[in-house]
Amino acid sequence: MRLVSFFALGALFAIGLGISGMTQPAKVVGFLDLFGAWDPALMFVMGGAVMVNFVGYRLAVGRPHPLLAARFDVPTRRDIDWQLLLGATLFGAGWGLAGFCPGPALVALASGSVDVMVFVGAMFAGFVLKDLVIKPAAPKLQAGLAASR
Amino acid sequence: MIEPGSIPAALVGGAVIGLAAALMLAVNGRILGVSGIAAGMIAAGTSGSERLLRGAFLLGMLVGGLAIGRVIPQALPGALTSNHGVLALAGLAVGFGTRLGGGCTSGHGVCGMARLSPRSLVATGVFMAAGFATVFVIRHVLGGLS
Repeated sequence: MRLVSFFALGALFAIGLGISGMTQPAKVVGFLDLFGAWDPALMFVMGGAVMVNFVGYRLAVGRPHPLLAARFDVPTRRDIDWQLLLGATLFGAGWGLAGFCPGPALVALASGSVDVMVFVGAMFAGFVLKDLVIKPAAPKLQAGLAASR
Repeated sequence: MIEPGSIPAALVGGAVIGLAAALMLAVNGRILGVSGIAAGMIAAGTSGSERLLRGAFLLGMLVGGLAIGRVIPQALPGALTSNHGVLALAGLAVGFGTRLGGGCTSGHGVCGMARLSPRSLVATGVFMAAGFATVFVIRHVLGGLS
């Protein structure tokens, strides 16, 4: 059941991304072009998503436990460190350069475009590279995930 | 059919994204963060059953993408450029940056902002600002991508 839910949620999420315009890099760059011919449409993606999730989040965590898991696993860190700031800066630079963030890039693989595959391949290389350069700092999260299974 | 990427489509698509994130929490108790799910799929320390769940999510995304490509093909135009050097550099920055910063547009943006997490609010502000700055430099200083 959990496996089916992960698959179905991946599909639902991808459909939302496709409808929203986030899978069109030209549209994304148009939104990020604040000092040019700014296209504000994608602001409404984040707006719509945060509004629904703001309510949904509160309804969900108000229940004793998730439908198919023993407990909720939500990040608890509140500190702002250099890794957060540098990581977000690098991510934003790559996002502005190609017009893809991780979700839409994975959805765009369905177009069969070799260009998209190059981006996604490099993105996975980036995931691996980060763990090689800076050791993963989330043993607590791993344990949490294991316990919730 | 509404035009993908128009303001009404952005709102509807955004609401579907938010719904998927809320259901991930309600059903599985987890944050829907794509960079974390995808990176965990290939990370060395991930258990087999965990890998399977993450793989199912990614497969679902691909199948959802194929469905979108069928119904609204203009939603999947491919990449911005055919310059593979640029795409590889961008992909590397996105992959490395999202792991270092602990999230992307979904984990920090959609989920973290809805939780009012201070880390996510800061991360979202920073990656948006970096995106604005990068596009400004490319379009208005360098005169555009080749």
